[in-house]
Amino acid sequence: MAIREGEVQEFTLEQLKHLVSERALRGETILLNMGPQHPSTHGVLRLLVELDGETIVSIVPDIGYLHTGIEKHCESKTYTKIIPLTDRIDYLSPMSNNLAYVMAVEKLMGVEVPLRAQYIRVILTELQRIASHLVWLGTHALDIAAMSVFLYCFREREMILDIFEMVSGQRMMVSYFRVGGLWRDVPEGFEDAVRAFLKLMPSRINEYERLLKRNPLWLRRTKGVGVISPEDAIAWGVTGPSLRGSGVNYDVRKAQPYSSYDHFEFDVPLGENGDVYDRFMVRIEEMRQSLRIIDQALRRLPKGPYITPDRKVTPPPKEELAWSMEALIHHFKFWTEGFSPPPGEVYHAVESPRGEFGVYINSDGSPKPRRVHFRAPSFVNLQALPIMAKGCLVADLVAIIGSIDIVLGEIDR
Amino acid sequence: MGAVKEPMAVMAGQKTGEMGVALTTLEEALEWVAAWGRTRAMWPLLFGLACCAIEMMATQASHYDLSRFGMEIMRASPRQADLMIVAGRVSRKMAPVVRRLYDQMTEPKWVIAMGDCASTGGVFNNYAIVQGVDEIIPVDVYVSGCPPRPEGLIEGILLLHEKIRRGQIRLSR
Amino acid sequence: MSIQEVVEAVRARFGEALQEVIEFRGETTLVVRRESLVELCRFLRDAPACRFNFLSDLCAVDYWPDRPRFAVNYHLYSLPHNLRLRVKVFLEEEDPVVPTVTGIWPTANWHEREVYDLFGIRFEGHPDLRRILLPEDWEGHPLRRDHPLVVEPVQFSFNWREIDSRKPYVKE
Repeated sequence: MAIREGEVQEFTLEQLKHLVSERALRGETILLNMGPQHPSTHGVLRLLVELDGETIVSIVPDIGYLHTGIEKHCESKTYTKIIPLTDRIDYLSPMSNNLAYVMAVEKLMGVEVPLRAQYIRVILTELQRIASHLVWLGTHALDIAAMSVFLYCFREREMILDIFEMVSGQRMMVSYFRVGGLWRDVPEGFEDAVRAFLKLMPSRINEYERLLKRNPLWLRRTKGVGVISPEDAIAWGVTGPSLRGSGVNYDVRKAQPYSSYDHFEFDVPLGENGDVYDRFMVRIEEMRQSLRIIDQALRRLPKGPYITPDRKVTPPPKEELAWSMEALIHHFKFWTEGFSPPPGEVYHAVESPRGEFGVYINSDGSPKPRRVHFRAPSFVNLQALPIMAKGCLVADLVAIIGSIDIVLGEIDR
Repeated sequence: MGAVKEPMAVMAGQKTGEMGVALTTLEEALEWVAAWGRTRAMWPLLFGLACCAIEMMATQASHYDLSRFGMEIMRASPRQADLMIVAGRVSRKMAPVVRRLYDQMTEPKWVIAMGDCASTGGVFNNYAIVQGVDEIIPVDVYVSGCPPRPEGLIEGILLLHEKIRRGQIRLSR
Repeated sequence: MSIQEVVEAVRARFGEALQEVIEFRGETTLVVRRESLVELCRFLRDAPACRFNFLSDLCAVDYWPDRPRFAVNYHLYSLPHNLRLRVKVFLEEEDPVVPTVTGIWPTANWHEREVYDLFGIRFEGHPDLRRILLPEDWEGHPLRRDHPLVVEPVQFSFNWREIDSRKPYVKE
């Protein structure tokens, strides 16, 4: 290892003083540790909270308790074998991660994806968005002591997971998208299952909204809490519903459409005040818009191949292996050696349920990437937490953390 | 239990005149009662690490309903918990925290390693992940899967109940 | 407003400091000298032709064993013009220091800490340059390409003594 001595910096108390205010050093404010094992930090987030009575003066987030080394691990795998690792970055929306990654590789290879595969990708990613928002709504409401919503949300989430299991064989870590298309075509009964879901879901979303929207306790806990201005949100790189809650119209699906999102009609819901309530309403409305997209995609789902015929990035069909020697050799070479993209670098972003999820791939022309980097939306959004929470009560902190919808898996990667 | 056993045994012996037989029966009866109590209200620690934590939540939620087994109360404080479900990958930075949480739990305590990452490190054989939580704390039941289905976790929990029912009452492990 | 106009504006303003313009798969990369990075970033954010007010991502690449060894990428996005641009700075192995851009985009704060943590590239003028993902007492920078992927042997049986002796970090 070429690590030079003296590169590890030891920190003295002097150097860490700037993290808290002067008053903390004089003992006028309290320093409170929250996490990494805490019921409402949504994982293993640790916060050092400086309190003046019950009012938050400053917050120092401490992350890395789930650092998995995925980016390093990607460098030792071929391009196809990285797909299962991307599932585990943001474990609430594996479909979006898969999509971002395979689209980046497709960009690098210059591969066209068949329209049917693009539409199925859209359907599944939007289902994933609803599933992710359901988990968010359930846990967020649970944090603010609205227990029953949690049970309702997980009831509907099971329907989506059943559809995922139907197409991929797994409930959560699907790894369904492949470079150039999909793992296989959707099975019989997929369309019926999605239609049944589409039929049921609007009334269920109304139900969640009725439970919370006019609930006085909910309003007292969320209105005017955790405000972030549009200027601050842009400067701190906040994306996704947290940005749109402040009224900034930036959605990657609209701004730079990918995977034929421009074929579908949908609105981007915007908030006005940038508080917890607006972020809540934006997400609720987003679920409805996702249903709209799924409906259109399902109606217009074209027939055709589900994966590109370009054999450079796809293995040969299973049946060919029985009679074609070339196919057998190709199959072997594909899974052992992989394919080699041209040297270069690409960045591709998709709109994950939490915001702009970007994948940066740097290729050196060999079958393994030189560097893969994931731009995780939660990582950036969490940075804005101290700004949102400043001046709020400590009890509001759990509401604010819930409203940013962080997933520690993608923060720490 | 050690303090209780002796006077009970003496009492039983005085009544029946046959000390040995009564001792084993009574001890067995006591063990049965203790195991019954332990399995019927086992409170897990509310502690999720990664992907498996979402399936753990799904296990508790409406569809799978863990409260059928008397386990719906997740305790956020390790002092009140009997069972630690290590749900997810344990990183090097998290390892001391997991160990401290385990140490803070009161006896008797059990550990379920949920999922491949907690059992063996899973797909992440790299610098950041502890290769199985059994490298830092003792594990009673391993549940495979990445992540395990809720049915898998429930099976693991029932397996642990079975283990407790068959095992002996011990103060420390 | 197109990306060509942005490149022309930058070329007119900076000239020599702009080392190279790379076009690949429809993405534009500006390779700049380290000395003029901050000035260029400020220009890109504020000039009406550019308005790159959003720093999407910041990451480093290790080109080991090639030289120059490190590169830092800035992925910029312009909300008003809907454009993406990558700015790239190459760094030598002996001197992995780059000026911070936290003064221009505050969001760079954690990104730069992450790069420092995983690559050991230092950001001059950063307000709070500490490790962010790895434990504070970690030695080395794992995402460098000469760092091994696996650093610790696996233990096959449970033994408190062995754990305490071989994994001191567990005991805090």
